[in-house]
Amino acid sequence: MRKTGKDSRASARNASRPGRVPDRLGHFGIYGGRYISETLMPAVMELEEAYLKWKKDPGFKKEFAYYLGEYVGRPTPLYYAERLTKKAGGADIFLKREDLCHTGAHKINNTIGQILLAKRMGKKRVIAETGAGQHGVATATVAAMFGLECEIYMGEDDIKRQLPNVFRMKLLGAKVNPVTSGSRTLKDAMNEALRDWVTNVYNTFYIIGTVAGPHPYPMLVRDFQSIIGVEARKQIQAMTGGLPDLLVACVGGGSNAIGLFHAFLEDKKVGMTGVEAGGEGLKTGRHAASINGGRVGVLHGNKTYLLQDNYGQIIDTHSISAGLDYPGVGPEHAYLNDTGRVGYTTITDKEALEGFKALTLSEGIIPALESSHAVAYAVKAAREMRKGSKIIVCLSGRGDKDLNTVSKAFDFEI
Amino acid sequence: MAAKGKNRIESLFERLRADGRKALITFVTAGDPDIPTSGRIIRELEKSGADLIELGIPFSDPMADGPTIQASSERALRSNGHIDEELELVREIRKEARYRSSLFGYYNPVFNYGLKRFAKEIRAAGADGVLIVDLPAEESDELKAELDRNSVDLIFLLTPTSDENRMRLVASKASGFIYFVSVTGVTGARKSLSTDIPAYVRRLRKFTNLPIGVGFGISTPKQAREVCKSADAAVVGSAIVNIIAGMKGPKKRMGELGTFVSGLKRGISRP
Repeated sequence: MRKTGKDSRASARNASRPGRVPDRLGHFGIYGGRYISETLMPAVMELEEAYLKWKKDPGFKKEFAYYLGEYVGRPTPLYYAERLTKKAGGADIFLKREDLCHTGAHKINNTIGQILLAKRMGKKRVIAETGAGQHGVATATVAAMFGLECEIYMGEDDIKRQLPNVFRMKLLGAKVNPVTSGSRTLKDAMNEALRDWVTNVYNTFYIIGTVAGPHPYPMLVRDFQSIIGVEARKQIQAMTGGLPDLLVACVGGGSNAIGLFHAFLEDKKVGMTGVEAGGEGLKTGRHAASINGGRVGVLHGNKTYLLQDNYGQIIDTHSISAGLDYPGVGPEHAYLNDTGRVGYTTITDKEALEGFKALTLSEGIIPALESSHAVAYAVKAAREMRKGSKIIVCLSGRGDKDLNTVSKAFDFEI
Repeated sequence: MAAKGKNRIESLFERLRADGRKALITFVTAGDPDIPTSGRIIRELEKSGADLIELGIPFSDPMADGPTIQASSERALRSNGHIDEELELVREIRKEARYRSSLFGYYNPVFNYGLKRFAKEIRAAGADGVLIVDLPAEESDELKAELDRNSVDLIFLLTPTSDENRMRLVASKASGFIYFVSVTGVTGARKSLSTDIPAYVRRLRKFTNLPIGVGFGISTPKQAREVCKSADAAVVGSAIVNIIAGMKGPKKRMGELGTFVSGLKRGISRP
């Protein structure tokens, strides 16, 4: 089985340079593509056609920029975390404050883009899957703003651990459908959303929340999220006169990470690390680290690294953060891993909680548990780096939604 | 391509066509509820008149399936039904059977098994075709090359959303028969069928000479008969799997299964 992995690594290395992917059929080296039922093929082709047309349209670009600025609140600050830097003792740590976006996470950058497409394509109804609920909230928000019918699929286990977000979605007028199949988390929510889409394909737009799924989603979500890196690149240059040494972001499906990394891919000296959910540790098998602990396979419309058993059945994942609790990863990450451009590491639940605490106490910023993985790794990495070097951490979301989980973990009553 | 015309599925349809008959295609998940019972179920299907049996390869994430087949996939996985066990089923039954069998499933278990090995092993076991729900024509070249080498058909789906470009593309890659999905949606028994089926089938015939089977939602002899007025075969899945789901007293349900399938067969056979 490992052999497949090695072969694919070699072939990806020979493939085109980053920045040139995906190809016409959505392949990032050997990854990506379109592995979906025939019923949905015309729908994704229609979406691709619409996207390629509108992304060049000045009116579309203007409207997208308008809502990102006036509604989401962009540009988000790049904040020098001085006390966290001191605590780590090494490289300067900068936070790209996506937690300050309207709705509290980077997810809305993408849902604005997709709902503008949905509107132009004449779709009256949007659906989405959600894990932590951040994408669900971001979808329900834009649906409310544009007056579209909205249904969200969310695993029953995630509903329990992210209740505040469930309530927000309902307040925003969305119907939240609990998913009781499989592991009752994000992957099952995506299965159910795909079942809905295949049934209501004529009037429904599926707003995928991460850089995964059939082409064009990985490309389209990347493009909409790449604003994160575009801003951060300008901001760090304005603040320090140079480029960062390292970018750090958490990776579940990987949309905030691609968003931050993309504008820097051609800057060869900028290192990049994606942080996967190590759960209770890679050795325990209870984790959600698809690149570090998985093998190449096909799920939810794309070829990528997957957590699977010897028979190719997808296995249950574990992470303290619902948003990273997914057995796959966006195909471009699989590709960037194989080409060696980006390194992928893991942070355990326990370390993430330490990162959560460290940022909260040193900077007065309560991060989402997803982003806490990135914070925890950045603190570790900063220690190993010389003073004066620079790290940008994507602080992808705020932690209000996680207070329940965190209070349990810290044995703290709220 | 090399083996075109020699494949067993096409010869089945040729024979039926010559007799003016239509084919009954039945779907069950291999290993549901367990491997030995699954073997008995398959024999019962054949005895009761199934011409081609689609054996579902269970998958943890059957995103094109409704609740009935999701549940059957879960039962099969609990009984450890994986590709090797399924091939054993095919092998065992093929020895004594005249009917055709085809594997039906999702791509990951097959990809994980290894495409070359999969094609070789299913040929050796005696399966005649393969249908992978989440492998559209665009991504199918690798698997198709391996299957061609072993004279196993790669069967494709077309759906109400398929335009003429897709019909043309799929027709250029398909062999065995073309499976037309009668509704937009997941698998599952339905009370009424779309009235557009004959028009779709007629349109599709402009692009292919392959036999056309229609499925998704067919659950009564009357529906099967209706479908076969324009198509060459009716595919019945969830309605059969529903009977299997209730198999607490195996003998009684096996009788019920037999009665149901012979009823479908009579439905499509009546002049």
